[in-house]
Amino acid sequence: MTMSRPFRMFLLVPLAALLGALVWAGFAPINVASREKLFEIPKGTYARRMAGDKVEILPAKIHLTLGIEDVLLLRNLDEVPQVFGPTIMMPGQSFRLPFERAASYQFVCSAHASGQMTIDVEDEPVMPWNRIRWRVRQWREKQAG
Amino acid sequence: MSVAVMRRLVPVLLSGAALVASAAEPASTSTSMLRAGVLSPAMPAPSLVLSGTDGKPLGLERFHGKVVMLAFGFSNCGEVCPITLATLAGARRKLGAEAGAVQVVYVTVDPERDDAAQMRKFLGSFDPSFVGGVGTRAQIDAAQKSYGISSTRTVHADGSYSIGHSSSIYLIDRAGRLTAVMPYGHPVDDFVHDLKILLRE
Repeated sequence: MTMSRPFRMFLLVPLAALLGALVWAGFAPINVASREKLFEIPKGTYARRMAGDKVEILPAKIHLTLGIEDVLLLRNLDEVPQVFGPTIMMPGQSFRLPFERAASYQFVCSAHASGQMTIDVEDEPVMPWNRIRWRVRQWREKQAG
Repeated sequence: MSVAVMRRLVPVLLSGAALVASAAEPASTSTSMLRAGVLSPAMPAPSLVLSGTDGKPLGLERFHGKVVMLAFGFSNCGEVCPITLATLAGARRKLGAEAGAVQVVYVTVDPERDDAAQMRKFLGSFDPSFVGGVGTRAQIDAAQKSYGISSTRTVHADGSYSIGHSSSIYLIDRAGRLTAVMPYGHPVDDFVHDLKILLRE
């Protein structure tokens, strides 16, 4: 049984596009505008929590990648001090924390309802599969807002 | 070219070269180069109302003009505090002559067991220049709160207890501003790197 030409094209074009996308995602260099990953604790976070709201400002887990996005930048826009793991941030203050080693870091964080925060720092994705995985996660994070 | 012209020209060329060199110097004095986490804008370090193991009141204003490395812990700590203190002592040793401008302040989170004598003995085994902070439970609680230090006591079956606590090291500049925070686990060289930057400021 032979496939008709239009049917073959119908299958081959999306396959070629998928293959092209995978090759690009696996081999194209990763360029980012800044190595800082910014999170802001908005004004009123503490007040909302005191009023009983279950406020989750920061994700429970933050992913950083060495050499690409390996600096965590937190800004406290709230009216009260906020404890983030290694330090306390006064209202209006920011905290810029660079990472140089791949590891999973557990921090106390008063901006989380759970009081805990995890920062996963991974090595720079060099192998094509790791680059694809990195790009997929970035895309997902962007979709999640 | 005559000798007179050369004599006039050499200082001009030298000063020009110095200007170019100073302009080309990397922004190493900037705190953005620190390996520690940087607080911006830097604000005055919260004050401490404690007693020092050197017999004097332990206010941080005592150390203005020096770079202070401030940390919290306790003398019965089995792992984290000895590693931290050995690292800080190692950093001071590596700084050589500049170490005189660096002061380590270590505040107990265990005032029930750590009196001045106990802390002095503990800290002295790492570096005799280290100053400990001791006080009443209320004073220690206030100090911990102002720096966002958490501590949790775990009581063991034999009645003894251990304390889990925040283990970061606070870097306070010569003007008394809380500038940066080094999370636990950084090697001696990271401290030396950052201290040299802060000492130049």
